[in-house]
Amino acid sequence: MSNSKLLQSTGLLLLLAMAIAFPLLFSNPAITAIAVFTLLFAAAATGWNIFSGYTGYIALGHAAYFGIGAYALAIMCQDWHIPGGYMPFLLVPVAGLLAAIAAIPLGGIALRVRRHTFVVITIAMFFILQLLAYNLRNITNGSTGMGLPIPTDWSGDFFNTPFYYVALAVLLFAIAISWWVRHSKYGLGLLAIRDDEDRALGLGVHVEASKLSAFVISAFIVGMVGAVWAYFVESIYPPVAFDALFDVAVTLMAFLGGVGTIAGPILGALLLEPTQQYFTLQFGQNYYLVIYGAMFLVVILLLPRGVIPTLTEYWTRLVGTRFIASAGDLSPTPIEPGFIASEQASSKEEQTREEGINL
Amino acid sequence: MGLIIEAIITGILTGGVYALMASGLTLIFGVMDIINVGQGAIVILGAYLSYVLEQRLHIDLFVGLLITMPLMFGLGLLIEWLLIRPIKRDRTMLSILITFGVALIIEGIINIVFSADYVQLHAWYVTASFPVGGFYLSYIYIFGFLLAVVLLGGLYLLLYRTQFGLSLRASMQNRAAAELIGIDVERVSAITFGIGIALAAAGGMAFGATTTFNAGSAYDLISRLLAIIIFGGMSSLRGALIASVGMLVIEDVTAVVWSPVWASTVFFILLVIILLVRPQGLLGQKEGRKQ
Repeated sequence: MSNSKLLQSTGLLLLLAMAIAFPLLFSNPAITAIAVFTLLFAAAATGWNIFSGYTGYIALGHAAYFGIGAYALAIMCQDWHIPGGYMPFLLVPVAGLLAAIAAIPLGGIALRVRRHTFVVITIAMFFILQLLAYNLRNITNGSTGMGLPIPTDWSGDFFNTPFYYVALAVLLFAIAISWWVRHSKYGLGLLAIRDDEDRALGLGVHVEASKLSAFVISAFIVGMVGAVWAYFVESIYPPVAFDALFDVAVTLMAFLGGVGTIAGPILGALLLEPTQQYFTLQFGQNYYLVIYGAMFLVVILLLPRGVIPTLTEYWTRLVGTRFIASAGDLSPTPIEPGFIASEQASSKEEQTREEGINL
Repeated sequence: MGLIIEAIITGILTGGVYALMASGLTLIFGVMDIINVGQGAIVILGAYLSYVLEQRLHIDLFVGLLITMPLMFGLGLLIEWLLIRPIKRDRTMLSILITFGVALIIEGIINIVFSADYVQLHAWYVTASFPVGGFYLSYIYIFGFLLAVVLLGGLYLLLYRTQFGLSLRASMQNRAAAELIGIDVERVSAITFGIGIALAAAGGMAFGATTTFNAGSAYDLISRLLAIIIFGGMSSLRGALIASVGMLVIEDVTAVVWSPVWASTVFFILLVIILLVRPQGLLGQKEGRKQ
């Protein structure tokens, strides 16, 4: 047991070392730029997962907090005349905090309803904020957009490096939070909400407070990602800061890797973001939309639970079969769902059981 | 004052068209428990189909519906069979993602085929207008509203006067129980999805004749449609009708008395206020424990 743990931590340290060494090995700005976007999306997907993955409330409007973070940094830099350089990075947590503060009332309203309506309300709120970005001209400059300070003394090859490490720091922070939540009593409460909210309430989980705090934490992380992203791309406009595709991308990454797992969203981002950048470069925006949409459908239909849970299940089954084979006749009889129960009810039951094993 | 009356009248007339699109969404949600976030893209696709028929084959917009609506009905059956029926677990959530994916594909294809330039549908009744108490109203608003009344009336007859309507309403009330008493819920679902999408196509024609549009208009449309069905109470058809008209009237009046820029924002803000008071929407039922 301790052997596998040692192996695990060595593996993680190795991965971390590789991530830190990456910009030293690849100096091509085109590649490091893709790496920065990938890290940012991995952090955003991890942040999204802390709320949506653990509680099962799918939020399709986190681009709202991404946009708030982006605009917050742009406005602070503009109003306080902050020059390009390392200074704006210090404001990234502040931008995240502003996004988190905005998430308190918005999440409070959205979480008054149950799952189905919640999804729709998050989408509607995202559109409200996009409209506000267009309409509050004296704050956001409307559709003209805003510029961020440009770090002039960073030369071409070096330019992406600071962004890379800041993005990596945000990702590590997000992973740390996600890990802590997953292994705490608080996170257990969130998972209980996902499985059966009423029962969780009955068992003494502070349902409302848990949901809202998870929502705010995830908005904080996504807001920071938005701020770093805005500084990296140098200028922002309402449709790109509040981008509906961001919602889809983050959700898809989490679903591809495995919703509700720690590594899933990161794996999803590592697989999807470079592919996305490649497709956009190769085929142009429109073909990319079609390919991306099709990929979306394939992932959800074939791997609805994501890569990591599916692989873990195969692994458990493999190891489990060996164990049972050696144990002789003790193979368990599969539990048949009652034949009267509706298809939905039985599939829900199955789902809870399966996830119980995997997580 | 005259301007406000004009705003109210156009609001009611365009509200009817939105009611067409929203009732499709409500039906699909009610029967299948899925939220078709691709509805906006479907509406735009319907508008483009009418555009093709009008530009290439010179078929009148309303006559063209006889072609586009069955076509879209078929597309609905196909989407349901190919993409929605295979989902066995976590239907609601996964179907939202699936329909989002469908919307992206439709948007991409429209952009490839038609480019992102804005277009508008043309016919004599789009350009001609007639005077109503001090201002001129284009005929298309009246015709579009009449189309909505006819189609929604047909929907009412289908739901309340036919055997199929009975099974549809039964599936809406309780899917499992409907299945138990021998209703083929899968068949009902497929047809409902088809009807919902065919209604959206008809709405798309009227939409495309009153405003310019491109594939990107789908985002604006879906945000409004989602707001409308939340406002109305998710699975209440009557709620969707009231909310559609209400939304468009509020928007048009805001545009006149304040500024067009704030028109839809005001509606969204109103929506948030209403959700604070009534989380289940105007005519919605309180969500109970779902087993």
